[in-house]
Amino acid sequence: MALQSKDLLGIQSLSEGELRVILDTAANFATVAARPVKKVPALRGRTVANLFYEPSTRTRISFELAAKRLSADFINITAATSSAATGETLTDTAKTVEAMQVDFLVVRHSMAGAAHQLARQVQCSVINAGDGPHEHPTQTLVDLFTIWEHKKRFEGLGVAILGDHPRSPVTISNIYGLKKMGAEVTLVGPSTLMPPGIEQFGVRVATRVEDGIAGADVILLSRVEITDANRLQIPSLREYARFYCLTPRRLALAAEDALVLHSGSMNRGVEISPEVADYAFPLMVQQVTNGIAARMAVLYLLAGERE
Amino acid sequence: MIEEKSDVKEILSAADTAHAITRIASEIIEENAGADELALVGIHTGGVPLAERLIAALEQLGERPAGTGTVDITLYRDDLSQIGPAPIVRSTDIAFDVAGMTVVLVDDVIFTGRTVRAAIDNLMDLGRPRRIELAVLIDRGGRELPIQPNFVGKRLDVGRERIIEVVYGDEGDRVITYLCGAGRR
Repeated sequence: MALQSKDLLGIQSLSEGELRVILDTAANFATVAARPVKKVPALRGRTVANLFYEPSTRTRISFELAAKRLSADFINITAATSSAATGETLTDTAKTVEAMQVDFLVVRHSMAGAAHQLARQVQCSVINAGDGPHEHPTQTLVDLFTIWEHKKRFEGLGVAILGDHPRSPVTISNIYGLKKMGAEVTLVGPSTLMPPGIEQFGVRVATRVEDGIAGADVILLSRVEITDANRLQIPSLREYARFYCLTPRRLALAAEDALVLHSGSMNRGVEISPEVADYAFPLMVQQVTNGIAARMAVLYLLAGERE
Repeated sequence: MIEEKSDVKEILSAADTAHAITRIASEIIEENAGADELALVGIHTGGVPLAERLIAALEQLGERPAGTGTVDITLYRDDLSQIGPAPIVRSTDIAFDVAGMTVVLVDDVIFTGRTVRAAIDNLMDLGRPRRIELAVLIDRGGRELPIQPNFVGKRLDVGRERIIEVVYGDEGDRVITYLCGAGRR
């Protein structure tokens, strides 16, 4: 079974079956990284272009290594050093790159829907590497893959998500992905950080962290910091930390073998206490390794022709 | 894939198949003078059960290969861009160090030789074996690459349009040939 679309724009448009195919394929790609020659010839002759309009280290390098380990050629385009800096539109830049016979465009942009818009304009495959607060499908695939590795089930799994939900690049994708696989999702945070109407996604909302993580099998965290966009919603980091920081005492309320996954660049002492951060750090490193396998699976599956 | 099988014929009965496997096993031992640095690797999917049977046959002859494993050639195919939806990737599971080993690749049927070429490339990426050999139950000719098996159960020429299938079962394994609507696989 292959993927239905030429693009990977979000988790919303994937079926449960497609998610399982990607995860199974990722599991087999994970073994490639353990070999002396960490490369397979599957995408020889194809070209992958990263088109990044926002800073990113982890995702950018992860896509680059995934492409290279599949023997694809790879180019990196960042907004600051490209014609985007001259004011050229996203579509024009993308079409120019496509004219150089690029097969995959990996797009990171701050505007929700940027990748979707591009996918309609170009013939090549578009992969959304984060469109602002909307979707970040490959990060969700990594989370799902790591959860599967450790828990071997999704059905009925209790998952609590903590973070700056309106601005987190991965909250929406994680909700779609976890719900499709049959997990129970609880969004935890102050009411000022709860997107209005989020219950319609089929998630439980908890404004007290103790309620939110009680009995949870998995806790997903993302970085919380004060920015211009959220400074009216988070009065101070100290206050956020006092009520929502994942401390050992709070973690003890979760299931005994609870998995703590952090999506990267931890703000120790804010969303996660230093002790829990040390406990969660090895898993975060494993996530980085799994990220390459998951992205290899996506590139490989999208490269196949559609019926 | 659902295929209509027509004109099904049996090429090897259960007894013939068992005999062929035993004979291949004894040839492998003879050729390699003991099995100290010998490894058997089945090619997904048809070669994997055959490799298991060969290992059992070797053990009956008092030899135990130093390594066993499976290899999936999907990522090494030469026709990935031509065959439509991306085929399922299966696991390549080789837990032993291939460096210095004599590795016997095992497949059920050899036809064009392209699968074996891909399997050899995959093995090479795992290390440098001392020697790679090939054992197949059926050699049906039709090679498109200069690749020949070292050990063959039976040579057959059934015509390109026919499909040869090894049917593995509890009451013994058989080899059949048939025609299907789609023609060549």
